Amino acid sequence: MAEISRQTSQTGQSLGETAMVPVRLAMGVIDAPLRWVQKKFGLGGMAAFFLLPNMLIFGIFVLLPFFINFAYSMTGGTALFLSDRTFVGADQYARLFDCSNYLNPNTCAEDTFWTAVGNTGWFVVLQVTLMIAVSLITALILNRNLMARSFWRAVFFFPVLLSPVVVGLIWKWILQRQGLLNFGLYGFGFDPHVWLNDRNWAFAATVGVSIWAHMGFYTLIILAGLQAIPKDLYEAAEMDGTRAMRVFTRITLPLLMPNLLVVIVLVLIRAVQIFDEVYVLTGGGPGTSTLFVTQYIYETGFAAQLRNPGLAAAASILMGLVLVVLTLMQLGLSRSRDKKGARK
Amino acid sequence: MGHIKLTNITKSFGAIDVLHGINLEIADGELVVFVGPSGCGKSTLLRMIAGLEKPTGGELAIDGKVVNAIPAADRGLAMVFQSYALYPHMSVRQNLAFGLENTKMPKAEIATRIAEAARMLEIEHYLDRRPGQLSGGQRQRVAIGRAIVRRPVAFLLDEPLSNLDAELRGSTRAELAALHARLSATMIYVTHDQVEAMTLADRIVVLRAGRIEQVGTPMELYNSPANRFVAGFIGSPHMNFLEGSVESSSSGKAVATFAGGNRLELPVAASSLANGSAITLGVRPQHVSIGNGGEGIAAKIKLVEALGSETIVHTDVAGQKILVVAQGQHNLTPGADIRLSLSSAPLHLFNEKGLRLEHAV
Amino acid sequence: MSRVTEFLFRRKGGKGWHWTDIVTWVWLVVGLFVMFGPAVWLTASSFKSPAALAEFPPTILPYVTQKVTVEGYDKPLDLYTATLEDGSTATLAEVRRIGTVSQMVDPKKPAEIVKVNIAKRMPVRQMSFATENYTEPFTHFDFVRYLWNSVFVTVTATLITLVVNSMAAFALSKYEFRGRTFAMLLILATLMVPLSVIMVPLYSIVSALGLFNNLWGVILPTVATPTGVFILRQYMLTIPDELLDAARMDKASEWQIYWRIILPLTAPALAVLAIFSVVWRWNDFLWPLIVLSRKELYTLQVGLSIYSGELNVQWHFILAMTVVTMIPVVLVFLFLQRFITTGIAGTGLK
Repeated sequence: MAEISRQTSQTGQSLGETAMVPVRLAMGVIDAPLRWVQKKFGLGGMAAFFLLPNMLIFGIFVLLPFFINFAYSMTGGTALFLSDRTFVGADQYARLFDCSNYLNPNTCAEDTFWTAVGNTGWFVVLQVTLMIAVSLITALILNRNLMARSFWRAVFFFPVLLSPVVVGLIWKWILQRQGLLNFGLYGFGFDPHVWLNDRNWAFAATVGVSIWAHMGFYTLIILAGLQAIPKDLYEAAEMDGTRAMRVFTRITLPLLMPNLLVVIVLVLIRAVQIFDEVYVLTGGGPGTSTLFVTQYIYETGFAAQLRNPGLAAAASILMGLVLVVLTLMQLGLSRSRDKKGARK
Repeated sequence: MGHIKLTNITKSFGAIDVLHGINLEIADGELVVFVGPSGCGKSTLLRMIAGLEKPTGGELAIDGKVVNAIPAADRGLAMVFQSYALYPHMSVRQNLAFGLENTKMPKAEIATRIAEAARMLEIEHYLDRRPGQLSGGQRQRVAIGRAIVRRPVAFLLDEPLSNLDAELRGSTRAELAALHARLSATMIYVTHDQVEAMTLADRIVVLRAGRIEQVGTPMELYNSPANRFVAGFIGSPHMNFLEGSVESSSSGKAVATFAGGNRLELPVAASSLANGSAITLGVRPQHVSIGNGGEGIAAKIKLVEALGSETIVHTDVAGQKILVVAQGQHNLTPGADIRLSLSSAPLHLFNEKGLRLEHAV
Repeated sequence: MSRVTEFLFRRKGGKGWHWTDIVTWVWLVVGLFVMFGPAVWLTASSFKSPAALAEFPPTILPYVTQKVTVEGYDKPLDLYTATLEDGSTATLAEVRRIGTVSQMVDPKKPAEIVKVNIAKRMPVRQMSFATENYTEPFTHFDFVRYLWNSVFVTVTATLITLVVNSMAAFALSKYEFRGRTFAMLLILATLMVPLSVIMVPLYSIVSALGLFNNLWGVILPTVATPTGVFILRQYMLTIPDELLDAARMDKASEWQIYWRIILPLTAPALAVLAIFSVVWRWNDFLWPLIVLSRKELYTLQVGLSIYSGELNVQWHFILAMTVVTMIPVVLVFLFLQRFITTGIAGTGLK
């Protein structure tokens, strides 16, 4: 019996090895010139070689655009290449900030930009608050002594993997006139409503849908934080007869806080850049009621009749500034969290 | 073939000098052990010979050829690592073959060599297992086997026994000695354990803080340590040291006072030692005997460890600890006063710098 | 069924019910419906004919009115159960409808017209899966192209990501060289430069390289992921350096060390990165939307969004295509969910 299984495993291996033959050959072909590189430039040269492809791609497609962006934001016209564009200095920024009353977008030269900023602001406030609340509650529930916990965890995680386009379409389908929501309400005697044609409901939908799509992810991170809290603390509290609410406010929440702060900033960073699912769900409408900053940049840069890449670049730099601040906050927070963890 | 010569080898990591001018010659077929406390630079020295580190200065030659610029792979050496460093994703056979395949050796030759090494090390039955499925001792054999199949100019072994338990370490040590005898290849062996050094080495190199303290056969090191450090490092339990000062000296002898007012006459070759200069008397615990009656140095028993075949007596001589290993069983009780006799003991004398003072003939 | 619920709701320790237990189970059950419901509803809808989709209130399962071919009529007629004047019921086909009166005919006696009030007839319904929603896009639309484009982008980008990131991670974890910290910081800094910030200049660079309207223009900007480099580097740091030294003594070149020692030993981390990369690239939307303007180059995501944004949305096709788009991700979810969740909990990446 053992003999047979050993033989089959050997056949399997040889099959696998046959499949590996071309790969081996390719690797061998690569190896010869690289041995020469290694001989000529030593280990340092090999390190450079290994780093090169990533850094090259990274330099061309991330660093270079990052720096060009500043130049872009100081040019005007509709030409694509920087060399064809006219220098306008800070005009694009001046145009973005040309407002007589910042609280009223209609008084601004770029009224859609300020509408988008206002919408994004509201969206961030609502979405982050609700997202944290929902994720925290779900994580607390999943952290209980549940049967089939991994099943329930998977339930909430499912939408995370769906593409934003699919998410947008799923909900567009549910919120349309003949959709599931109206069907449900019809059962209670309500008339069908075209949710996405209503400014307020459309906005609420963007908040709700983005929470639906991403809460599983944050739940998972918070859950990991909860599970890192030593069990004996809860046992000690139980011995002291501490009530559940008090356990939460005095043990769970303080110990979870470093983790929770990181999650909050993470949600913030993502919320500021909201685009994909909203674009598919509402397209920014009705009117401009769900127009967010990323969509503004996209449309100004690529889609609008009056394409203005310089203006789009200027707006993207402003958004970039916000993101840099948030990211630095996040790095600082996660570092202090990790330090605390290490001290324990 | 396996003659290794180090000339003025130095090594520094940044501003820290870890080796200061090492000069050493290792003959073909010799088993040389680098021994010293951790951080003495012995592993760095081995890795430089291997080619895994570059010397900062000096010259390294193998079989008369300077190899400073030659990468590790082309020096014809094989190394056994402390952690064995077996490739966890390859079977034992693949582990042994990997290095040979890299030299484009014919498959049949590889198979022969592996079979031969496996037979020698008795690992034939494990050839298709992965390292994770082997015990520590088996892994150790595979690591040695990986070196053997290469038929290297010299074997480099970096603390190869330190991950084994005490019992296995003893038996593997004996096997290694037998293997060396059989292969008669040059071996450089690094350890911090002086027992391993004593039992295995043709010659021992004692290192401390990046310098060679002494090179010699185990018995040379044991019988005439060049300085206080070597004297204390070699031998188990450690040598006893008594600090004293020279009272008077003449050609061939010196009188020194030690703690507790003990005066001893010492046979020193040096023509004269300055009166009042510090002198250290070293004597191995095995050479101290428990005296009869009023003879010898007065001591108080602190602790008695009876091992059956011998008895280890911890004593106190005017605040200095003296260890005595007495053969056989003795009826001694802690707290009792006894006399220690050095009359028949080989004495080791060191001057104020810790260097050996030769005996008068 | 009751045993299943009993199993699911059983509490460990068997203590009595606390209010938190009730909250827990309400939350979980509602969550089950809210999380899975929409996708299930979409999938159910995707099997309905356009007529069934337009119905309100909708049915859960796809029903259509049964049709019958009657002699003397060109088109198939809808079948109804009609209550006749004498109180008996009969299965009749509707020829036409005038006001509240339906002119009907018995399929067995096609010559005789029966008039029935429309309130007294019920359509004969049968379940029917409109599989043409799935088959037609494959034949009449560029759907196969989109699918192929998406697969090509996903597979190619993932392979390049794995190779390029693992090489960089190897250099950053196993070599000492000047500028290593700088390279690490540079990669870390990328986290602050998301696509939405650099899309305008990136577009000009991609165009300048001739990659506009080219799938490589979608692939290349995504492959040097900082997160990928980080997880792989973190993992490679746990591989002991002695193993590399041993390989060097074994005459392995650095390239051999990379692909024969490091890569096999990094397999678990590579698997995690591969899964993430597949999901990322399959789901990518904004960048392909910018780079691809020719129909035949659309990825599934772009194609779907463009079709769903048209004035006359053909929902029956859109729904079916959405389901197809979901399939790989659902497969990943079913089989690799545990892998991903532990990956996220461990690294906090998405």
